[in-house]
Amino acid sequence: MQISCMPTDQKLSQLAIGTSARVKDFPKAGAAFLRLREMGLLAGTMVTFVRSAPMGDPIEIKIRGYHLSLRREEADQITVET
Amino acid sequence: MADLPSHISLPGKKRPHQANERTPVYALVGNPNCGKSTLFNALTGLKQKVGNYPGVTVEKKIGETYSQHGKPIKLIDLPGAYSLAARSPDEAVTRDVLLGRRADTPQPDRILCIIDASNLERNLYLVHQLLDLGRPVILVLNMMDLALKAGLQVHASRLEKELGVPVIACEAINGKGLVDLKLAMSRVDLSLAKHRWDVPAQVAPAVAELQASLTDSDGRSPLVARAEALLLLTDFDTVRVAGSTPLSPRTHEILAHWQKRWEGEGTDWAGTLVASRYDAIAKICTDVVQSSGEVGPSISDKIDAVVVHPFWGWLVFGGIMTALFISIFTLAQYPMDWIDAGMSALGDWVKRSMTPGELRDLLTAGVIGGAGSVLVFLPQILILYFFIGLLENTGYMARAAFIMDRLMSRVGLNGKSFIPLLGSYACAIPGIMATRTIEDPKDRLVTILVAPLMSCSARLPVYLLLIAALLPTDAIFTKVGIMIAMYALGTSGAFGFAWLFKRTLLKGKPPMMIMELPPYRLPRLRDIALHMFERAGLFLRKAGTVILGISIVLWFLTTYPKLPDPAATSTQQIAHSFAGQAGHLLEPMIKPLGFDWRIGIGLITSFAAREVFVNSMGVVFGVEGADDDTTPLRDALRQATWPDGAPVFTALVCITLMVFYVFAMQCVSTLAVVRRETNSWRWPLFQTFYMTGTAWLVCFVIYQTGRALGY
Repeated sequence: MQISCMPTDQKLSQLAIGTSARVKDFPKAGAAFLRLREMGLLAGTMVTFVRSAPMGDPIEIKIRGYHLSLRREEADQITVET
Repeated sequence: MADLPSHISLPGKKRPHQANERTPVYALVGNPNCGKSTLFNALTGLKQKVGNYPGVTVEKKIGETYSQHGKPIKLIDLPGAYSLAARSPDEAVTRDVLLGRRADTPQPDRILCIIDASNLERNLYLVHQLLDLGRPVILVLNMMDLALKAGLQVHASRLEKELGVPVIACEAINGKGLVDLKLAMSRVDLSLAKHRWDVPAQVAPAVAELQASLTDSDGRSPLVARAEALLLLTDFDTVRVAGSTPLSPRTHEILAHWQKRWEGEGTDWAGTLVASRYDAIAKICTDVVQSSGEVGPSISDKIDAVVVHPFWGWLVFGGIMTALFISIFTLAQYPMDWIDAGMSALGDWVKRSMTPGELRDLLTAGVIGGAGSVLVFLPQILILYFFIGLLENTGYMARAAFIMDRLMSRVGLNGKSFIPLLGSYACAIPGIMATRTIEDPKDRLVTILVAPLMSCSARLPVYLLLIAALLPTDAIFTKVGIMIAMYALGTSGAFGFAWLFKRTLLKGKPPMMIMELPPYRLPRLRDIALHMFERAGLFLRKAGTVILGISIVLWFLTTYPKLPDPAATSTQQIAHSFAGQAGHLLEPMIKPLGFDWRIGIGLITSFAAREVFVNSMGVVFGVEGADDDTTPLRDALRQATWPDGAPVFTALVCITLMVFYVFAMQCVSTLAVVRRETNSWRWPLFQTFYMTGTAWLVCFVIYQTGRALGY
């Protein structure tokens, strides 16, 4: 995974509730990321951080008009740019 | 099927798939949560056959509907899938049926694909893969109302033009558009999709090579071969299920060769393919979807603001689970009492109308008694399935999994294991059957293995009797405390073993929690009722036959051999019977736990259903009508002594025995269902040994420590 020094880059898991950002990069390998890609989360896709579950994990995001949950473990590896 | 499906064959042209001697077969596919089951139910009504795909526990649903000309059409309801690149056994079945890899299922002639208009892009991803298959496709555009509310105008006619397949706008939930759909399904001239997309240049040579190999070595038609080649490239962590034809070694070789080469070059081949499909979809959507700009939060958003709120969310969750519990344990009591009364009335009637003898005893004690102990669980199971159906239908199920995921992740499971475990408080059988929603096979197996540790309702009468024997006074708070302790013990046992299994025996990747949170919908009672009765029927057939069989065997074991003295009491008789002998045989093994041979009889007869223990104790200690009022039985237990005069049911033994019931695997019908759900005897056997072994060990420690401390 490439890590950029641009100040606008952050992890998907660190977005504030209700904010949107554009997906920049995430790992290529792994069943979770392949599934996320097939469900429409690609580089360039707009993603909104909707909320965290009551116990903090997993998180709920909105992409392409629908809601999806994923664990912070995965969201930590997704870079987004605002 | 003798009649010619003239409405589907192409007169004068070469007929596809030699369809002339058989009923046309449609495969119904779609993303999860897009209304597929509702459409299937609307099209087929009650003409459905539900079974299993051989070798794999995925539900196989085939229904029948009629064309506009009254000709039968076979409809296969394939499991919901986001992509043909399978991530779960369910999706693997969908993929394999569509690719013609399963010999046990008729190859679909045509594909009926239902999509959610409010969520077009993601739904079109699956459609895009389906169009590659080279079979006529009909698209059903569902949930247009939802799309409109989200500010999206979806033009069905434009989509039809873009893809070159019929697109029917439908509202499956109220039957709108069904006539148009039937008309489309009856058409003879369905052509193949016109949509073409360019395979990215980097992967095109590999696709061509794989396609050639699949045509030559695997016998696929060229179009299916191309689709499968594309799929193999995005499906590298592929899920294989029993019953699907394996690929030829040559195809495997080519695939491995290309993957190695790309890995060396750093090419993200799978990602490129997915991205190019989404690019093609984005182009289609700019033409087809008109967005009226931002709209405010939807009703679903507003509901979710409360339902998954850090504070209110727990309240709602707690409220729903309490309602589920109360319904299972109090509401179900009424029909359960009716069933009990009905069965004993039937037994009495048989007793009156038949001459006394062995046959009458077999009928009353074995058959009617056995049937009664099956039927008595039915109300609880129906209520449980009603709730599961309701939660699934409305969309709350996904939220419950979302809320509980963190907790379940501590033992290595994910939120989807929560409902099956909760359901197991009523009965492990529906709980285990509900594990089918868990995608990861290892997580599912772990959930199945620990589900019977959750104290089921059949243990309740045993706990109640033993608590009564332990505390004959009205110490209500202590009684409730002991009861809660037993439930807590079983629950922590289940979680502890799940943790252990996930770390040792069934080590796997930590489960993902990539799950759609679908918009809330009003429940459709017809679909829930259908689901509920289907499941209840399954329970009656599977568990019912086992319990009935075991009841008859147990009747035999407790009745024979007969004592020569006809005046012998039932207590003397059972002591003399095979079961009594087995109890004596068992005594050396259970004596270190403080149990005598009479308790041994109770443990043996519990194999039919744990609550039979109460009845057996009644027979063993010669107390009539022990089912209705436990007071005389309680007193009998308290007076029972060992040959040396020491009391059998000391406080320590009562506690130890309850703990034994918490952990031991005694339920044969659960084992039968586990065998069915895991497709082997290995897991039910393992379950019996680990659970009963734990029970023995824990009880040994408790009893011996208790004795050493002077109790």
